[in-house]
Amino acid sequence: MTVALTPAQRRGLSVGVATGLYGISFGALAVAAGLSVAQASALSLLMFTGGSQFAFVGVVAGGGSLGSATAAASLLGVRNAIYGVTANAMLRPRRWRRFAAAQVTIDESIATASAAEDADEERRGFWAGGLAVFVLWNLFTVVGALVGDALGDPAAWGLDGAAVAAFLGLLWPRLRGRDPVAVAVVAAVVTVAVAPAVPPGIPIIIAAAVALAMTAAQHRRRAGSGAVRP
Amino acid sequence: MSLWLWILAACAIAYVTKLVGYLLPASWLENPWVSTLSHGVTVGLLASLVAVNTFVSGTSIVLDARVVALGAAAVALLVRAPYLVVVVVGAAAAALARLAGMA
Repeated sequence: MTVALTPAQRRGLSVGVATGLYGISFGALAVAAGLSVAQASALSLLMFTGGSQFAFVGVVAGGGSLGSATAAASLLGVRNAIYGVTANAMLRPRRWRRFAAAQVTIDESIATASAAEDADEERRGFWAGGLAVFVLWNLFTVVGALVGDALGDPAAWGLDGAAVAAFLGLLWPRLRGRDPVAVAVVAAVVTVAVAPAVPPGIPIIIAAAVALAMTAAQHRRRAGSGAVRP
Repeated sequence: MSLWLWILAACAIAYVTKLVGYLLPASWLENPWVSTLSHGVTVGLLASLVAVNTFVSGTSIVLDARVVALGAAAVALLVRAPYLVVVVVGAAAAALARLAGMA
């Protein structure tokens, strides 16, 4: 079989394999949090943005309300709106294509497209990365959910430890420089400090509000005293 | 049933969020404030999720095998292990800590 793939398409497929595989951990954690296999799959098919999916099941697993789970997932998805602007400028998709492109607008497709050399390669990288992750992420979500279902007691298998590691792994690459590290430390401390006083799920929302205020202060300080308010 | 409704609502919000970037005038979202604040909130939320999943159980603070998982995952990240390995290391550390008698 001879299939000639461009460099961007090859990168997209490798990203798809690497990312798709950890769909296993999402599927297993979703079932451990009390979702059915079908509900775990629905999140991967329809929400299809890993961080938000982990947040949704993470809040549910901690006993938080479904409203808090939805709020946490939605706030984590806000960066995808910015990715949408980037992808729209790079690809200029027409009519129905923009609705398809929107669904695969995630960290990985944007990263693959951004690494490409020219406009055609950007387009190929975006679709190769987005579609490869979509297919494999959904496939491995089902595998993880079925395995998680078969395992029984999630704590005995360390699945709660897997959730800790999953969130730390998502956070880690974003901790470049002093400002994000300060935001992360304060958000974590605030979360633990308010946890005994408010219902489950609410500490995450409070931490998000504190992070927002801190980031605004950091941005204003960097921009100098003459900074323009939004 | 209510779980299904919330899942579908959360999925709809996620899709509309992605679509917004394609439909709104770019100048609305290209303001540097938007990307800075979005990055900050993402970091804050993820850090909060790490803290909740490590130290909180319901509404109480608990130190159990999950703390060992946090340490093990941090070490895996420091030696630049791939994401999937980090997740497996976290699970294995918690499972082993429980085998060794930790709560």
